Parts: sequence; C-alpha cells; structure tokens
Amino acid sequence: MNQQKNSKPLNPYVGGILTGLLIILSVLVSGNYFGTSTSFVMLFGMLEEAILPERFAQIAYFDVVRAGISWQVLFVLGILIGGFIAAKLYGNFSFRSIPSIWKNHVGTSKKKRYIIAFIGGTISMIGARLAAGCPSGQMSSSILLSVSGFVSMIFFFIFGIIVAQLFYRRGEK
Amino acid sequence: MDILLYGLIAGILFGFLLQRAQVNQFDKQVGALLLKDFTIVKFMFTAILVGMTGIYLLSDLGIINVAGRSFILGGTLVGGALFGIGWALIGYCPGTGWAAIGEGRIDAIFGLLGVFFGGFIYSEIYPFMRDTVLTWGDLGNPTLPELFGVNHWVVIGILIVAVVGMFRMLEKYDL
Repeated sequence: MNQQKNSKPLNPYVGGILTGLLIILSVLVSGNYFGTSTSFVMLFGMLEEAILPERFAQIAYFDVVRAGISWQVLFVLGILIGGFIAAKLYGNFSFRSIPSIWKNHVGTSKKKRYIIAFIGGTISMIGARLAAGCPSGQMSSSILLSVSGFVSMIFFFIFGIIVAQLFYRRGEK
Repeated sequence: MDILLYGLIAGILFGFLLQRAQVNQFDKQVGALLLKDFTIVKFMFTAILVGMTGIYLLSDLGIINVAGRSFILGGTLVGGALFGIGWALIGYCPGTGWAAIGEGRIDAIFGLLGVFFGGFIYSEIYPFMRDTVLTWGDLGNPTLPELFGVNHWVVIGILIVAVVGMFRMLEKYDL
C-alpha cells in the first residue's frame, strides 16, 4: 500500500501552475521546452557508438537525433534527483515493486509486473518516437498551440483508456 | 556547459513537483486511464494553460519566437495509438518514470529499461518508418490559430474556458 503517511500531496492544480511557470522560465533562460523521450535515444546512441562504432555509423536515425550528453539528458537525470529529494524530504521514499492497482487487478507476481512494464515501455517508446514526443514533449507542443500536440495527447488517452479497461477491469483479486 | 546545468536544475525542480503532486505514480497514471482519478490530467492541463499564456505573451512582446511543430498524420496517429497501448501497461512515462524510480519504485526501473530498448528498436526500424508511416499525410507545422484562422488569444481564451469547465466537472464528481 502507499506509504504517504507523513505529508499531504501537493494540489495538482498548484503543481501544474508551478510546472507551467517552470517551462516558461526554462524557455527564457535556455530556450528549452520540456521533453524527455529523445534522451533515451541520445544515450543509446552513445552506448552503441562506444561498443559498435561501425554499426553506429550506419544508423540513419543518429543523423536525426544527435547521440551524446545534452540538455535533455541532464533534464531526465534531474527528474530522478528531484523525485528522490522530494520523496526523502517528505518521508515517501521506500522500495516498492508492485503498485496498488496492479496488485488488486493483476496479482502479486513481481516477475509478471517487471516483464509487462518492460514490454509496455518498449511499445510506448516506439509510439513516442513516431509521434515525435511522449506526454512531456506533447505538453510542450500543446503549449505552442501545435495541432500535433493536442491530437497526440488525445490519441495517448483514447488508446490508453481502451487497453487499461481491458487489462485492469478483471475484478479485484 | 551552462546549458547542461540549466537542464539539470529544470529537471530537479520538475521531478520535485511530479513527486509532490504524485503524478509520477503508476496508480495516478493508470487511475486516469481507468477514469477514476484525474490527478495527472489536472496537473498536465493546468501546466499547458499557464505555459501557453506565458509563451505567447513573451512571443507578442518579441522576446521569443514561437512556431508550430511538425504534424504528420501517420506518425501522430500510429505513434499516438502505440504510446497509449504501451502506457497502460508500463503505467509510467519516459519522463515521470525517473521520478518514480527516485521514490523507490523498482518496477519503474524495468519499465524504463523497456523504454531504452524501444529506443534501440526505433533506431533500427527508422529507415522503414521514414519511408512509410512518416510519409502519410504530412500537414506541415500547423497551430490551432492557423488552422482556424483566428488570433492566438482567441484560441487560448477558448481553451482556458473549456479546460476550467472540465476541471469544475471533475471536482463536482470528485474525480
């Protein structure tokens, strides 16, 4: 179960306002809108360049996305650190393997949870690359009033809702 | 070097907010997809409303330039569908998942390893996608104001009214 015993969570509207202001500040200071999924490609490219340089040179995608350490790679590292600091400060940190909804609707097998999380991650990333962004990138795209941002977001939710209804509506276990 | 430092600082603040508002949690993300808990929707759309107002204000003041992003029907629709399907199973996003690892979620580590693996797969299949899905319906870089032929503040005004109306409904039904 959740161990949010020491503190009340931040109101989501307040969190959203502060995040909006943070994005504006980031654009002003460094010209960077939020986005996260490209960082995985940048890191994978670095790995491939290091271990299989000949193979790396043939991959056309690395002409589109430059492999290496960038603003976005540091940004996701920061998210990890910021999440850790907040969890520690407010007493929310603990090692947990299975989320409550999963436990109630799917079961208590850690192996099953890890495998399906991995598969879901892989599918979602292929989708995020095709759609040119995950929710954080599409949030930026929507802030720019891009049609692609809103349409992507709507599709994320429609297909997410359909699969979630099928996958988690198997009753309480 | 500075640019990397700005990225790190922005990430730390964003990660802090994600964790404090619980939007990094599987139960909040899947809770939204099960239409039971709209915390992530409130967080995300409030950020969009504040962000769009500020960014277009800065643009009108001539401080920054804004432009729409690429809209290719094939990529957006196929990619959007695949992301949604995978998202329901992983229950984390490529960004918020890092803040989930930060609060000790072991399953998020496996999820993000899958995301990393997805990056590898995509780098391999990219030439195929570039020549097929990503050629279907390239509509340029349209924005909503361009699409409807109106001033951007009209669109921003309508979105604010619509989204705040949606928030009031969510609060009314305690979602």
